Amino acid sequence: MADGNCDDALHELYGYLDGELTPERRHNIQHHLDDCPPCYEAFDFEAELRIVIARKCTETVPDALKRRIADALANETGKADKA
Amino acid sequence: MADQAKFAEEATPFMDSLYAAAMRMTRNPSDAEDLVQETYLKAYRGFGGFEEGTNLKAWLYRILTNTFINTYRAKKRRPMESELDEVEDLYLYRRLGGLEAAAAGRSAEDELLDIYTDDEVKRALEELPEQFRMAVMLADVEGFSYKEIAEILDIPIGTVMSRLHRGRKGLQKKLWEYAVARGLVA
Repeated sequence: MADGNCDDALHELYGYLDGELTPERRHNIQHHLDDCPPCYEAFDFEAELRIVIARKCTETVPDALKRRIADALANETGKADKA
Repeated sequence: MADQAKFAEEATPFMDSLYAAAMRMTRNPSDAEDLVQETYLKAYRGFGGFEEGTNLKAWLYRILTNTFINTYRAKKRRPMESELDEVEDLYLYRRLGGLEAAAAGRSAEDELLDIYTDDEVKRALEELPEQFRMAVMLADVEGFSYKEIAEILDIPIGTVMSRLHRGRKGLQKKLWEYAVARGLVA
C-alpha cells in the first residue's frame, strides 16, 4: 500500500464500508481493490471486524422487562380509555 | 399520524436492540432496563406524532438517546468525557492481520470471533468516551446511515463521520490491548 491509489482508497475506507460513497467513487475503489491484494485484504479485515463487533454486542431483553413494559403500556391505554 | 393501538405490535420487535444500546450507554443492567421502559412509555405517548412510513427504529433510537442524555447522564453528573488518543489507520489489521496468514484457510472473521469474547467486545465499546461510543454503536452495531445517526444524535453529518473515524480506531486500540493483556498475541 504505497502508491497514491492506495492512499486514496484507504482515505475512503469507512465511506466505502458504510455504503456512503457516490456510485462513481465506489466504483473507483472497487476497481482499485480488484487490482490491489494488500488493500483488498485490509478492507476485508475491516469489514469482517465490523461483523464480529455487531454479532458480539447483541443482548436479549429480560422477560421481566418485557412484562413490565407490556404492563406499563396497558396501564397507559387504561388511563386513556378512562379520560 | 400513527395509531396508538398498533404501537406495541410495531415497536416491540426493536426491544432487544434498544436494550443492547441502553446497556452500552448506561453500562449497567438496572439503568438499562429503566431507560428502555421509559423510552417505550415516551414513544407510546408520542406515537401520534410519528409519521407512518418513516423509520420507526430510528425514531425510537432518538427517544432512547434523548432520554439517556436528559436523565441518566445528568443523574450521574459525569463530566462530558472527550479524550481519545490519535490512533493510526488500520491499527488492528496491522497487528492482527498476520494471524490470518498463519491459520491458512480461515477468514479474519473466524479468527476475530475466536480471539474475543462477547464481554471483551462490549467492554471495549463501553470504554470509549460517550460521544464516540454512541456513533460507533449506531453505525457498527445497529447499521444506521450517517444521515440517520446525525438525526438521532442531533449533530451534523461531518461530526458523525469524524466521531466514527476516531471512535472506530479507539475501539481497535482497546481490542488490541485486550489481546495483549490475555497473552493471545506477542
